[in-house]
Amino acid sequence: MGCGADEVVAALRAAAVVVAEHREELVRLDRAIGDGDHGENLHRGFSAVVSKLDGSAPATPGAVLKLAATTLISTVGGAAGPLYGTAFLRAATAVGDAPELDAALVAGALRAALEGVVARGKAVVGDKTMVDALTPAVTAAEDVAEGGVDVAAVLAAAAGAAEEGARSTEPLVARKGRASYLGERSAGHLDPGAWSTSLLLRSFAGGAR
Amino acid sequence: MIGLVVVSHSRRLAEGVAELAGQMAPDVRIAPSGGDGSGGLGTDYAAVAEAISRADSGGGVVVLYDLGSARMVAEMAAEEAGTPVVVADAPLVEGAVAAAVAAQGGASADEVAAAARAAYHAGATPAFAAPDTDPLAGAAGDAEVPAPSTEDAVRSDVVLTNDVGLHARPAALVARALAGLDARVLVRYGEQEADAASVLALMGLGAPGGARVEVVATGPDAAEAVRRVSALAARNFDE
Ligand SMILES: Nc1ncnc2c1ncn2[C@@H]1O[C@H](COP(=O)(O)OP(=O)(O)O)[C@@H](O)[C@H]1O
Ligand SMILES: [Mg+2]
Repeated sequence: MGCGADEVVAALRAAAVVVAEHREELVRLDRAIGDGDHGENLHRGFSAVVSKLDGSAPATPGAVLKLAATTLISTVGGAAGPLYGTAFLRAATAVGDAPELDAALVAGALRAALEGVVARGKAVVGDKTMVDALTPAVTAAEDVAEGGVDVAAVLAAAAGAAEEGARSTEPLVARKGRASYLGERSAGHLDPGAWSTSLLLRSFAGGAR
Repeated sequence: MIGLVVVSHSRRLAEGVAELAGQMAPDVRIAPSGGDGSGGLGTDYAAVAEAISRADSGGGVVVLYDLGSARMVAEMAAEEAGTPVVVADAPLVEGAVAAAVAAQGGASADEVAAAARAAYHAGATPAFAAPDTDPLAGAAGDAEVPAPSTEDAVRSDVVLTNDVGLHARPAALVARALAGLDARVLVRYGEQEADAASVLALMGLGAPGGARVEVVATGPDAAEAVRRVSALAARNFDE
């Protein structure tokens, strides 16, 4: 099965459902080391993406991702708004106007998304941010994409690595974002942005939970 | 003239900082952008983009921000803006005041941003402290211009006959009067001295009405610099 605009739309709708289901959890995580709005921010953003997609369905995967990006930028707020917005924007640019995504394009889009997040937020692995989830996800996606697998397998590999990366943030002391103001007290909690990255990739992979 | 945008998570903070900075720079367009757009704390991309166009009068805009995520929003808006925008990594309150005064003096966007950043170090320092006891000495990249040597300086005692002394508005007038002159000017009050180009440093002297300060200048325009400061004081800073 190919991955055209309709499948990307479906993935974003699935992401919105997952974000809604995990809203409280993300709020709780962000309350521990931030200001408690991460779940609300993403819920607002992905709900807006869904209503945009209800109104108009762009013709290519890239155009769908671009619509998601601009919607997230103007609705999410917080640090996650510019970061996820930039991620989706770079992913959209990376896939260009290809009518269908294959494994290599998806891995390339994830790579571009990571580069966008790093350019915007200047975080490196170990700073206790979404970069800690996205970085291993990209590496895993690229590894399996080389083996000539399908898009689902690339996303599954990315989701698995992202979850592991997100869990690795628990003992870390935050060095970027709002949590960094807590210093040592940020240790012992999962980073909300890393966790939402893991959830989003899991939902894209179709194994949402 | 460069415009300013103040981005804060709080609408009231953005407005207050803009008000404070505007007091020192009557002709500079200063646009506050604060809050999430629906009454809560946060930042609103569209509102920041709109504030940039409001602040722009053709020459470009310098943006100051409070917390890191506001910086990211500011940088995104800067990339999309149809005018040159510099996002200044500076303390919000002091940076905005310093930036406003620099903009009022006709500085370029880069100079305005540099003035904002330099506000970190703008406090008045004891005049006679040995360099290694100066808490600011050796701060990263701080290539300080050496203080005027005592021989070739032009100097004058000035009595502050106005009510408030070297408070915000008079200090801004002094800094503005010196803009464009090729001179290094210090104002000394008691044991303290301040770079007269820095409004914050001048205010930091705490020289009250009635105080006697010494103006010391070096460089090609030293005499003119001292003359301008003395003239301002003689006019009671137009109070
Ligand atoms: N500079 C940064 N680089 C990468 N990720 C960041 C950065 N700053 C914050 N984050 C991510 O954003 C998450 C917080 O998002 P959110 O709560 O929506 O924004 P805010 O911190 O402004 O309230 C953090 O958990 C972290 O993963
Ligand atoms: Mg938050």
